[in-house]
Amino acid sequence: MTDTTPPDVTTHAMAFTPEDLPTLRSFFKPHRIVLLLIAAALIFCIVWFMRWDWLPQYLPRLGHGILITLAMLFSTAILGFLLAVPLGLVQVTGPWPLKALAKGFCTVIRGTPLLLQLWLLYYGLGSLFPQFPAIRQSFLWPYLRESWPYGVAALTISFAAYEGEVMRGAFAGVPAGEIEAARAYGMNRWTLFRRIWLPRAIHRALPTLTGETVLQLKSTPLVATITVIDVYSVISKVRQDTFITYEPLLLLAMIYMCLTGILVITFRYLENRIPTRGA
Amino acid sequence: MADPVSFINWSLLALEPPGWGGVLLRGLLNSIEIAIGGYTFGLVLGIGGACGKLYGGPITRDLMECYTTIVRAVPELVLILLLYYAGTDALNYVLALVGIGQVDISGLVAGIFVIGVVQGAYTTEVLRGAIKAVPAGQIEAARAYGMSPYKVMTRVTLPAMLPYAIPGLSNLWLIATKDTALLAVVGFSELTLVTRQAAGTTKAYLLFYCAAGVLYLALTLVSDFLIRIIERRARRGFVEQS
Repeated sequence: MTDTTPPDVTTHAMAFTPEDLPTLRSFFKPHRIVLLLIAAALIFCIVWFMRWDWLPQYLPRLGHGILITLAMLFSTAILGFLLAVPLGLVQVTGPWPLKALAKGFCTVIRGTPLLLQLWLLYYGLGSLFPQFPAIRQSFLWPYLRESWPYGVAALTISFAAYEGEVMRGAFAGVPAGEIEAARAYGMNRWTLFRRIWLPRAIHRALPTLTGETVLQLKSTPLVATITVIDVYSVISKVRQDTFITYEPLLLLAMIYMCLTGILVITFRYLENRIPTRGA
Repeated sequence: MADPVSFINWSLLALEPPGWGGVLLRGLLNSIEIAIGGYTFGLVLGIGGACGKLYGGPITRDLMECYTTIVRAVPELVLILLLYYAGTDALNYVLALVGIGQVDISGLVAGIFVIGVVQGAYTTEVLRGAIKAVPAGQIEAARAYGMSPYKVMTRVTLPAMLPYAIPGLSNLWLIATKDTALLAVVGFSELTLVTRQAAGTTKAYLLFYCAAGVLYLALTLVSDFLIRIIERRARRGFVEQS
């Protein structure tokens, strides 16, 4: 990929970040109050004139779907991040075969659409596994027949590849003086990594982590295409059952906006908790 | 099991009709068409959006903010569904009001529109950042020469912001090529959907998904190569950092 240059304002415009949140005070301007009133009127019209009678019936399933979406998001983000740390580290200080392997992995995953990877895993591997008796008899088989492990795998791999690239930059960007100082203290390599290098790199990568997590939330509905029942597929079911086109989709957009907002606010809170010197 | 080379039925990828190679390539062509169209449309929206955000009145600015916030906070898949149905319905409604009656909107146009609207929001943010990175003195100098705002835009601001915008814009191009895959969900026959059909018909899932992956990867790598050339040209005269 092209972003070998240090992360700057323009490449990180893709994700919604804490800086984009409006402050409470910014709402009290005359034109904004008018705009808010117009928005309120619009929402009232949507609620009043469109069909929402299906909502109570599907509410429990929607809640369950949101939980599945969140479970997908957090499990894959955490697993992906755990994979991303070695991916990034190996690209900075690995021996060349590992370096090439990690770089190749990142390039391939980032160069193909997530939907294709998901279908490759689910339909491709999913059709391959039953041909091997060893897999059919293993303890993994009950899980491999479900669809969610493939969704988790695809989302994890994708998150790891994108975040691995970020971690590479973060590891490379830790000032050499700090690492030299740690070495001068007589720390061995593992202590140095655990106490200095990794915490500093994670600290540097934290702002982009927010953006990547929001992007990950935005990729979770893709798992609905392989029959995982997340909130998106609940809404699809509503649309199939009731033949209503817009209302469920509007509600879905609303749900995702709320989730993004909550996620971004949480991350801002966490980021403020971490002490930074100087800045 | 036989050795893998003979185990895979390569003739399935032949270009002629019993094989599916030609169909895949046509799908790739469709994907590229949509990506180029959507990217260009997004660029136009983005230039407008960035100007609106930077130079517009308070109301324009707030509306642009709403547009970029909504697009960046809602999954592309949901936006594509919403815009795909809402866009075609709205167009038919308007046409019915004018009295022309229903038209069938081609998947290509709808796809370009949808990808363009999504890309437009990101492009707005990229261009806004880039325009803000242009030293204010250059724009003031242009104004001091008595250029009209439009001339300042075309002669100074847009050319001067290009080096700052290119990393973001090239990222967006790569995102656009990958976002076309999402149109498979609304049934537009681009590469991913075609692959799924081919795989479903022949049951050679792994082969076709890998072939499509290779095609996407080739597209990315070729774009990457071209972007590097463009970037080097745009950054000539810049002090090398690092």
